[in-house]
Amino acid sequence: MQRIVVLGGGVGGTLVANLLVRKLKSEIDRGNASVTVVDEKGEHIYQPGFMYIAMGNEKPERLKRSERSLLDDRVRLEVGRAAKIDVEKRTVSLDGDRVLDYDQLILATGSRIVPEEIEHFETEAHHFYGADAAARLRSALDAFNGGRIVIGIAGMPYKCPPAPLEVSFLIEHELRQRGLRKKTEMHYCSPIGRAFTIESVSEMATPILEEKGIELHTFFNVETIDPERKLVQSLEGEELPYDLLVLVPPHRGAQVVVDAGLAPPSGWLPTDHHTLEVKGHPEIHALGDATDLPLSKAGSTAHFEAPVVAERVAAAVRGRQPHGKHARYEGKVMCFFEVGDGKGTLLQFDYEHPPRPPKPNRLWHLGKIVFNKTYWHTVPRGRI
Amino acid sequence: MNVLEVPINRTIDARGSYCPGPLMELIRAIREGQVGDMIAVWSSDSGSRLDIPKWIEKAGHRLVGVETRDGYDEIIVEKLR
Repeated sequence: MQRIVVLGGGVGGTLVANLLVRKLKSEIDRGNASVTVVDEKGEHIYQPGFMYIAMGNEKPERLKRSERSLLDDRVRLEVGRAAKIDVEKRTVSLDGDRVLDYDQLILATGSRIVPEEIEHFETEAHHFYGADAAARLRSALDAFNGGRIVIGIAGMPYKCPPAPLEVSFLIEHELRQRGLRKKTEMHYCSPIGRAFTIESVSEMATPILEEKGIELHTFFNVETIDPERKLVQSLEGEELPYDLLVLVPPHRGAQVVVDAGLAPPSGWLPTDHHTLEVKGHPEIHALGDATDLPLSKAGSTAHFEAPVVAERVAAAVRGRQPHGKHARYEGKVMCFFEVGDGKGTLLQFDYEHPPRPPKPNRLWHLGKIVFNKTYWHTVPRGRI
Repeated sequence: MNVLEVPINRTIDARGSYCPGPLMELIRAIREGQVGDMIAVWSSDSGSRLDIPKWIEKAGHRLVGVETRDGYDEIIVEKLR
């Protein structure tokens, strides 16, 4: 009996489990293999929708489905928190004394936000990295009547790298529609020396920032927030006053993988770029936000990694070599990028080929909307 | 001792990491370090030769030197504030 345990019921965990039971159908039906997903709440959340809650176009209840409803019937689901991984004994302990043995472990444990790492973040800064936070940002935007908006990034890496730029463009568009743009200064703070990590995307986004009158501040690594003077201060010594502060919170990987000795304190799992094995542990694979790969932390990354993990784990279970187009991961990622005014573009890239985003148009914006609406029927079930 | 013969308080081996990884590692070390610390960054990403000195200038630290070594660059920074 080969026991495969998948930690995490996000995009990566759900898709890899569904792909695995297809590949191992006969083994599972004969009782020679099992696939178990462990998810803390048993709920699958479509996180890219949070940004649209903040922009007033989405409702939290539409972003949530039961994890069970997305899994093939052959996948077992354990709802509970994975409290401990013992890599020597090959066990995962869940809260409530449940212990799962594994032969193959797949870590799809994602990332978590840690706003508490920056003093006053939770009382002063808005963000859109959760449904409740996004709804609070929506309320703040509704109440906004002009002034200074500062949008920035309070730690790298973070989920969905284009998101703060997208939100800047969408807020700017909204303010114009509400007749508030002339009463508003907008500032965008990037921790690095340009607007975006990938140079070609930066070259696309920087003129859009200029055209929309959003001032770019480079090398702005958020250090402190002064709630009395309403100032955000950078490590580099710059300070910006704000009336509305929107910051991407710092992110970390899951604590359970740090406690298991699999990841450094940041929580990002050292992962082979092509095999997606956790380094030093051929029986453990990682995908999605959980890895330390030099790629976007995004559902799209997990989406394209999952077939590779499924192929490699299925091969290990069957005692054969991985084969076919999913034998190795080449870093493929594809995601839409909103630029406001009903337009978007597409970022498609891999380890060797940086994105060459097409000129923003309405088609790519609509593509993103359609993708968001059809997500439940496509990605988790492995249909695209 | 490094090629610049400067006593180093902390070395960050960011080889194999891509932009902005080496810069972010340096920023973490600057946050954790003391004024006067000499920090060496080893980076195999060619972008670091440009990005890191620019950041050092903006952040008010001192670029002690940049040396090309075997397949990577060593960038030495003194924390000034």
